[in-house]
Amino acid sequence: MSEARDAILGGVRKALAGQQLGDRSEASVDARLDGRPRGIIPDRVAKPHDALVDLFVTMAEQVSATVVRLDGLNDVPEAAAQFLADHNLPAALRLAPDPSLEGVDWTARPMLEVSRGPARPDDVTSLTASVAGIAETGTLMLASGAGSPTTLNFLPDNHIVVLHEGQVVGAYEDAWDRLRAAGGPPRTVNLVTGPSRTGDIEQIIQLGAHGPRRLHILLIADGADGGP
Amino acid sequence: MQPTSLAFKDRARDAVTDAQLQRALLNMKPGFQQRRAATVAKLPEFEALRDQARDIKNHTLANLDTYLLRFEERVVANGGQVHWARTGREACEAIAEICRRAGARTVTKGKSMVAEEIGLNDHLEAEGFTPIETDLGEYIIQLRHEAPSHIIAPALHLVKQQIADTFREAHTDLEADRPLSEPRQLTDEARAMLRRSFLSADVGITGANFLVAETGQTVIVTNEGNGDLTQCLPRIHIVISSIEKAVPTLEDCSAILRLLARSATGQEFSAYTTFSTGPKRAEDLDGPDEFHVVLLDNGRSAVLGTEAEDTLRCIRCGACMNHCPVYGSVGGHAYGWVVPGPIGAALDPALIGLDQARHLPNASTFCGRCETVCPMKIPLTKIMRHWRVKEFESGLAPASVRRGLSLWAWAAKRPRLYRFGTRLAMRMLGLLGRRRGRIGWLPLSGGWTRFRDMPAPQGRTFQDQWAAASRQDSGGR
Repeated sequence: MSEARDAILGGVRKALAGQQLGDRSEASVDARLDGRPRGIIPDRVAKPHDALVDLFVTMAEQVSATVVRLDGLNDVPEAAAQFLADHNLPAALRLAPDPSLEGVDWTARPMLEVSRGPARPDDVTSLTASVAGIAETGTLMLASGAGSPTTLNFLPDNHIVVLHEGQVVGAYEDAWDRLRAAGGPPRTVNLVTGPSRTGDIEQIIQLGAHGPRRLHILLIADGADGGP
Repeated sequence: MQPTSLAFKDRARDAVTDAQLQRALLNMKPGFQQRRAATVAKLPEFEALRDQARDIKNHTLANLDTYLLRFEERVVANGGQVHWARTGREACEAIAEICRRAGARTVTKGKSMVAEEIGLNDHLEAEGFTPIETDLGEYIIQLRHEAPSHIIAPALHLVKQQIADTFREAHTDLEADRPLSEPRQLTDEARAMLRRSFLSADVGITGANFLVAETGQTVIVTNEGNGDLTQCLPRIHIVISSIEKAVPTLEDCSAILRLLARSATGQEFSAYTTFSTGPKRAEDLDGPDEFHVVLLDNGRSAVLGTEAEDTLRCIRCGACMNHCPVYGSVGGHAYGWVVPGPIGAALDPALIGLDQARHLPNASTFCGRCETVCPMKIPLTKIMRHWRVKEFESGLAPASVRRGLSLWAWAAKRPRLYRFGTRLAMRMLGLLGRRRGRIGWLPLSGGWTRFRDMPAPQGRTFQDQWAAASRQDSGGR
């Protein structure tokens, strides 16, 4: 295998001697990797935080996600139950064992069957936390970890995500900074923009190709500096 | 995949008379062109982002060796394994070996054009594994034993009735008279069938849209969620990627991502953009136990430093083919290799050889729409023209073309003769078509006039008009 590695890298180096694409230096590579310069950030996110939260909601709704704004975490069980009832879904939730969701008091809805862990094939609805909401395109950033198994984001038909207003940022770059502040990259980062979709049959858009048919965002009002 | 690009002319001729194909190709205008235009109009920075993306990728390619090494370092540090493959054969063998060691049977796959390029499914089947395509379009064409006709919409060439027939034939355990006339029903049936595969697969194989050197992440950009179910459920995740997918940082990746979905499907952002780093961690509750990245060259390194090197910036969005009048008339299969359309015409000669792909650079009107929509600013017509010159110089062009061009060149180098000749030809053609205003038959031009009339020329030649206008211009001053 290392023979192929040497041959490929050798071939690349030899061919690059004649390239006209750009400057070649290891220093420029290290400078870029260390400095991580930001490029053009779309003007649409040059806004105060309140307006970014509104932009996030507008953009998420444009891609067929649904958003409900709540006053606090205590309202989550009620809102989740309402979502299940609205869509005539079984009163059961598969929860991410996320510390940020610990404060939710599910005993307020005793009829709701609640379990925690990675997704099982028969789970119909999951509820997870999130790392950030990116206003630019109404995109959620979800990161794998002990409290956030990735299967919950894809296997169940319905995905409910808890997002705090304080987690809403403008651009993708802002979300990466948040993730870096929390440590190195996790095994999986999912940027999720609306529910699953396909246009593979005559380019007619269908929601729910393989992943969730519905993406429901519970947006918690806790001020610009709040959030976990 | 064995190239069949030499049959381009025959296939193109069949394609324009294929009523179902023509109906399917009509979907491209509302499906791709109009959606892209609407979304691009909402982002004033789009043009500046194109320049920026070109610069990012040029810098990366100019330092590709270093970026690949940094990427490899990070993958290994995160517990993953990197396999280097010079050829498609080496890549297929590396992947089969991983499957063998895992005792795998079922292998699910996300959409990967590199996997198509190297004929991975055939190889895995020959080795006794069962590869299952999970992208809806790829699933459909796998059932039909066809190649993809478009790099982001593999089943673009089909209409829903054909897909319904395919499903009835393949899914024999379902009721024979079930309704399948609507895309919704077809999508739901595929969803239900593929659920079983996702859950039973031992290995999941995905491609990569980007390789992030900073973090060692591989990135897939999808809409269906099949790529994610392919990589988060099985015990082993294998990524097959070609080497030019490298980008330096997450900032650079984000900058290019702003262009990808808008250019491809006209979405602001694709539904799922997923970044994968190594196998599952100690604290993780799910994810694969093993993470492998197969880095494929297959002729790409040799393209660096050549006139076609700009093609390595391509992010496979498909915008060039979505806007190409030739692709829009003949579809993707006519091109005879994995990458069709203008980017195929520029790239394929470099990867499969000009002798195999020589028709493709000629399958262009040079209208330049491909270049105006290319998010990475690849000079597609310039590269196609380079291949046409190469074709002529190396004697691959047919004798009639070579003789015709030589004759024209001989005349063009003698301006007086040329002017006289064009005047004469215009007058004669004008006479020939004076009754109908067009000409339906010309000697030596049957290939052209068989399918369309030539408008009869009127008035004077361009050079004469130009000379007259110049005289008038200077006289008026």
